[in-house]
Amino acid sequence: MARRARLPRASRTVLRPPASVGRSVPRLEGLDKVTGRALYVDDLRVPGVLHGRTVRSTIARGRIKRVSLDPAFDWSGVVVADHRDIPGENLVALIEDDQPLLAAEEIRHAEEPILLLAHEDPERVEAATRAVRIEYEPLEPVLTIEDSLARKAPLYRDDNVFKNILIERGDVERGLAGSDLVIEGEYRCGHQEQLYIENNGMIAERTPDGGLLVRGSLQCPYYVHKALVRAFALPPDKVRIVQTVTGGGFGGKEEYPSMIGGHAALLAWKSGRPVKIVYDRLEDIAATTKRHPAAIKLRTGVRRDGTLVANAIDIVMDGGAYVTLSPVVLSRGAIHAAGPYRCPNVSIRARAVATNTPPNGAFRGFGAPQTQFAVECHMDRIAAALGLDPLELRRRNAYRLGDVTPTGQVLRESVGALEALETAARRARWAERRARHERENRAREARERGAGLGGAAAGRRRGETSRNGAGPRANGRRLRRGIGLALAYHGAGFTGSGEVKLGSIAALDLSHDGRPRILSASTEIGQGTTTMFAQLVAETLGVPADFVAVETPDTGLVPDSGPTVASRTCMVVGGLLEKCARAMRERLELFAERPIRDARDFQRIARRFLAERGPLRFERGYEKPPEIEWDDDRYRGDAYGVFSYGCCVVEVEVDLDTGETRVLRTIATADIGKAIHPILAAGQIEGGTVQGLGYGLLEEVRWKDGRVWNHQLTNYIIPTSMDASPIEVVIVELPYSRGPFGAKGVGELPMDAPAPAIVAAIAHATGARIDEIPVTPERLLEGLRDGARRDGSRSSPGSRRGGKRS
Amino acid sequence: MIEFVLNGRGRRVRVPPMKRLLDVLREDCSLPGTKEGCGEGECGACSVLLDGRTVCSCLVPVVQVRGARVVTVEGLDRGGRPSALQRAFIDLGAAQCGICTPGMLVTAAELLRHARGRVPSEEEVREALAGNLCRCTGYQKIVDAVRAAARGASRDGAAGTSGARAPGRSRAGTARAKRSRTARTKRSRRRG
Repeated sequence: MARRARLPRASRTVLRPPASVGRSVPRLEGLDKVTGRALYVDDLRVPGVLHGRTVRSTIARGRIKRVSLDPAFDWSGVVVADHRDIPGENLVALIEDDQPLLAAEEIRHAEEPILLLAHEDPERVEAATRAVRIEYEPLEPVLTIEDSLARKAPLYRDDNVFKNILIERGDVERGLAGSDLVIEGEYRCGHQEQLYIENNGMIAERTPDGGLLVRGSLQCPYYVHKALVRAFALPPDKVRIVQTVTGGGFGGKEEYPSMIGGHAALLAWKSGRPVKIVYDRLEDIAATTKRHPAAIKLRTGVRRDGTLVANAIDIVMDGGAYVTLSPVVLSRGAIHAAGPYRCPNVSIRARAVATNTPPNGAFRGFGAPQTQFAVECHMDRIAAALGLDPLELRRRNAYRLGDVTPTGQVLRESVGALEALETAARRARWAERRARHERENRAREARERGAGLGGAAAGRRRGETSRNGAGPRANGRRLRRGIGLALAYHGAGFTGSGEVKLGSIAALDLSHDGRPRILSASTEIGQGTTTMFAQLVAETLGVPADFVAVETPDTGLVPDSGPTVASRTCMVVGGLLEKCARAMRERLELFAERPIRDARDFQRIARRFLAERGPLRFERGYEKPPEIEWDDDRYRGDAYGVFSYGCCVVEVEVDLDTGETRVLRTIATADIGKAIHPILAAGQIEGGTVQGLGYGLLEEVRWKDGRVWNHQLTNYIIPTSMDASPIEVVIVELPYSRGPFGAKGVGELPMDAPAPAIVAAIAHATGARIDEIPVTPERLLEGLRDGARRDGSRSSPGSRRGGKRS
Repeated sequence: MIEFVLNGRGRRVRVPPMKRLLDVLREDCSLPGTKEGCGEGECGACSVLLDGRTVCSCLVPVVQVRGARVVTVEGLDRGGRPSALQRAFIDLGAAQCGICTPGMLVTAAELLRHARGRVPSEEEVREALAGNLCRCTGYQKIVDAVRAAARGASRDGAAGTSGARAPGRSRAGTARAKRSRTARTKRSRRRG
């Protein structure tokens, strides 16, 4: 039975019969993190370590003519490595194996690694990088989606398209023809930097048995393992990858650690010394992956009552210079592109194109935040065209049990779209706040007209206070308030047959002191994997969570439970661990010939078992639920086992003269099946929501000749505690029968809705509908100038200012 | 030779005078709890208390701490046991990946010390922490934890943070510290 749970207040944790699951137990590594004892990669002391640096391309496209070392520089003690030193294949193995570990001749993007240097003294190696001369034969780069599609230069095969996807349901053209109204829109989003606060870093060393040990900040130990096995032509058991405490990932440490790990390992291989490469912020922002920019067009047919009839969607994403993860990012983006809405006729055409910019990669949401930004903005445009409340339009079309997605997936259970929507609207007091903002904005506008404020003159008069009573304090500022909402969904686990192909394995064994020990490659990167896994196992075994040991993700010790991505850790890997725990409990109770009573009892039985029978270990691999079917060639079937649903409501205050937007209040609801650890789950929702606010308002990567020029925290702006508003989270729990204790995915969902919610709130406040994020002050001011012209009927300040545009 | 008081104990280091305090703490004093996030005073991960005031240790040459009192995250506990503030960070989920946590704790410790048992408002906490970037939490749980610690401390009648082993504040000191917080806030509100 569906149940909605309000988040318990942390300070009054409610003790309920379940020992662990559903309770916010103290996170296992919490004490280390608040005392400074947690050791991140840069904190590790390695005797005899060399500091590695990467020499990178300064051009976006061309050929390397010559690499030379300045003879005036003292090169003694400096280790130099290039592509010729790679013992195996010169590539970073991932999907298509097209990205070299070090550029040999061809340069496909700026910051492409060419040469590696290492020295004991970090300052000397820094100086050495400046003594490397690289001569290029530059070629004209392709830097935008449009230039790539226009084939300004051939970058990939004959059409510059890395991946093409077509998803079709029903008959879109007939549907559009039969609609009362067809609404078109085009939306764009730029790059976004993951901006984990701990920069990327790895330490590599040769092992006495002729292999490699690589430790570092990463999400996916077996990705690095796979890449190094290929690059060093080593047998798998000679490469060992160990995760160190990781200071955030958000996808940014999914694939790039294979590159850095390969570089550190190559320098270690050549020198025989341990080598540490830790990026500084500039290098990390300039060289590593970002969220894919996208251009998305929608053509949607509706009935007058708001029922969606047909949706034709065209998506183009900028993949950057190499294939890397673009096909799967595009896939997730395409599948989510129509939003959580029933629609009988849908066509989704999606392409990822090549450009000469650094490869774009994984970032929380993985394509879905882009496409759902577009569809949610479009839903608001449709609502405006029909004169419907945006909440009402969504209410009429949101998925219900039994509805069918564009890939033909029947939603059989755990469909929380309406629940998430209605809960958020209730909590936000949607109708009341909406009416109030409209009333107050009208009053403010009238007062300003009376006071002679308005138009460009207002900016010059700031400070000449006029008496403005209600609403925000004005002091001569022309402020408007608005409220907006967006609804989103997010598939948990790998797309399509991904989980089957991955076949992940997790294990549980008994440590020699008789405690259960979790063995998985799933990483703790701040989101709470360790504690959440321990809870799932503890609950099943009937012991407290802190009794469960969790092994460090170390490819020498743990099986491959797959990458820590795609909102799959709890639902997929957690599910495997729950199965392992059930088997272990059964085995031990059979052995003891009675039920396990508590942790002490468990330990007593386990020790006796170890003494009499030897080691005990259970492994479980992913098994496809029989009802899930996916056809990769036709893109039909169950794209995901289940979806999570979330709604975000945002209230904003916009300054019409400066174009600044302040977020006043944020409400986020999420149907995640079951919150194993309510505080950690809420932490995911709050953190993702603020990243979404940054995506919508602040975060803009600026480029010059294919290089990032704002590669600093001074000018790449992420939200501070003052940019983020207070956030209210409501967790909705509609359990999923295949998830552990009903859990679905939580990690990525909260990234999907905030950006379109902000755009909607700004439109509500000002009448200007901005189709491109981030809505920087510059972009908003421009939108205010011509907003009314595009949107027609609304009377807004922008409409009066429209004529002043030269 | 530069002498200063580090987490309540006298300390001498023989290092170049312009070496960053951050590196001296991490490399020469073996206290890696203080982190580097940006190296230019924007992220606040390297925050430490210098004579009771929060500074970015990546911007402070070690020569400037001669004779001063420096408190790092390693000095915030109460005789080996976590302080009320540290405890609140654990209990309320204010530390996720943990890399910003040392700097957050140090900044929050300064705020609580100046609050003298009063529970700062949500806005005050947000303003005080605006120079410390966190990418994981969305800040809500950090703000909640700081206020919970302040409530706990005011209930106990004890300082939430013994760690900031700085002397009682003079009025001038308080004003100075407040100015520094305001400056950090301004910086963090920068645009484009």
